[in-house]
Amino acid sequence: METEPIIKTDGLTKIYNHHSAVDHLSFQVLEGEIFGFLGPNGAGKTTTLLMLLGLTRPSNGIARVCGLDPNRKAINVKRLVGYLPENVGYYGDMDAAQTLGFIADLNGMHNRDRADKIQDVLQVVGLTENARKKVGNYSRGMKQRLGVAEVLLKDPKVLFLDEPTLGLDPDGAIRLIELIETLNRERKITVLLSSHHLQQVQKISHRVGIMIKGKMVAEGSIEDLAREKFGVGEEQYTLEQIYMKYFQEV
Amino acid sequence: MSGLFAIYRKELGDYFSSYRFVILFALIAMVSFVTSYMAGISLRESVEQNPKSGQFLFLMLFSTAGARFSMIQFVAFFGPLMGLFLGFDAINRERAQGTLVKVVSQPIYRDSVINGKFLAGATVITVMIVAIVLVIGGFGMALLGVVPAVEEILRLALYVLISIFYISFWLAVSILFSILFKSTATSALASVAAWILLSFVLSFGASAVANAVAPIDNKEEADVEMVMKNVQITEAISVFSPMVLYMNSTATIVDPSLNTTKSLVLRGPWEQILSARFQNPLSLGQSLSVVIPFVVALVAITLIFFAISYTVFMVQEIRT
Repeated sequence: METEPIIKTDGLTKIYNHHSAVDHLSFQVLEGEIFGFLGPNGAGKTTTLLMLLGLTRPSNGIARVCGLDPNRKAINVKRLVGYLPENVGYYGDMDAAQTLGFIADLNGMHNRDRADKIQDVLQVVGLTENARKKVGNYSRGMKQRLGVAEVLLKDPKVLFLDEPTLGLDPDGAIRLIELIETLNRERKITVLLSSHHLQQVQKISHRVGIMIKGKMVAEGSIEDLAREKFGVGEEQYTLEQIYMKYFQEV
Repeated sequence: MSGLFAIYRKELGDYFSSYRFVILFALIAMVSFVTSYMAGISLRESVEQNPKSGQFLFLMLFSTAGARFSMIQFVAFFGPLMGLFLGFDAINRERAQGTLVKVVSQPIYRDSVINGKFLAGATVITVMIVAIVLVIGGFGMALLGVVPAVEEILRLALYVLISIFYISFWLAVSILFSILFKSTATSALASVAAWILLSFVLSFGASAVANAVAPIDNKEEADVEMVMKNVQITEAISVFSPMVLYMNSTATIVDPSLNTTKSLVLRGPWEQILSARFQNPLSLGQSLSVVIPFVVALVAITLIFFAISYTVFMVQEIRT
């Protein structure tokens, strides 16, 4: 299956106070895949996502999202990309429907199907019954699902999910991961998934990238990476083992 | 554009449904009732004693001090608190709760956030000021039995406009602090400190500097030039206080019988004779031309501070 890269970076660099947070990063995400974006804390994953969204200006290098330069066409990129930040916040005194209404306003959705759209995404994430409950009273899992509903509202082509399962109980994490997989399969949304839960990433990712100290040290399918690190016929290694191997080498 | 409108609408909704607005409004309604009642009582007495003083009676409802303070003094002193109260956590609260990055990752221009917040704050300020003026006006009409003339209404409208800019200046200052400081407690404290510094400490500082440069210890022996120099220095420094700017801007607008904002010492001999001879009220145009420099300066500092907030916000990194 040959597909075009929907995200492409070349020599992408971000320097903070003479320290490279992202160091000549070059990688690709193909259209329609789930790309597991791995790496230790502080490796520069969030900075990379922010540069891909046009929220942070790169010091050097090129980034393309859906063929657009996020630095110049930030608005167009943000129309196509849904970003769920790590530890995303909510207005506690709004209910889910109001929250989604506000997001719809920000996306300039004024047409008649706005209400249908909100009902639809609530249905998808399973919050229809709690739509009138104040978000301040939501559990963490419900909040994360509301976050997914927010990013789905604009019919994104690409989703950036930064640690979506962080702090969720096992049941909530599994439901969220299954939701992401369903969205990828049924709505053909490309997903860039940053996570520390390697088992979950392994379960749904088509390809993974391992980022350490601002550099992409490995990129490819899990089988490819296992073959590269442990040799031919050793594809049964888990992502966790592969990740630790790379991590120890750097 | 739709981003700006969406944020404006949300902020406005937040303000009107928040406890801080209810508290602020209750306080202001209370004070305006008290001031208008006080002013009304003392006005009624003075008109009874001297029926000739009844010119611009309606305006005097706002400028008469009554027992404690006039409405204009109240706005000059505590109007800034309204602005600070509305803006001190505008940006850093969103940053702390993690909603700012979510908002700016929607397809909107980043300046929509700050413009929308400032406009919503200015709208709330407008609503409050207009409400106070209407409350005092209506209450005063009932108390005194006077109806405002067209010119009085125009003067009040001007006064309202100047007051909106004055309070919006403090809104802009507090929004700037909410951008600069990560914690809402720090930005609240910094805003209040700036308010105290510019409104109160500066006037003490002005007279301290003036006394150091041109000492007038002994009032009887003091030489005229020294006294003039002292007053000039004091006035030159205190003009840096937005409160002084505001008081000067509104002085001749709400009190048509005033024809200058200069203090008595600084008036030349002809000016003194003229102001003693011609005690007729100034026309609206004349009143305005006396204070226009202050009005322009007030509008300018408001815009400058908003521009600073805008610039700082646009270049700042938003990660959370």
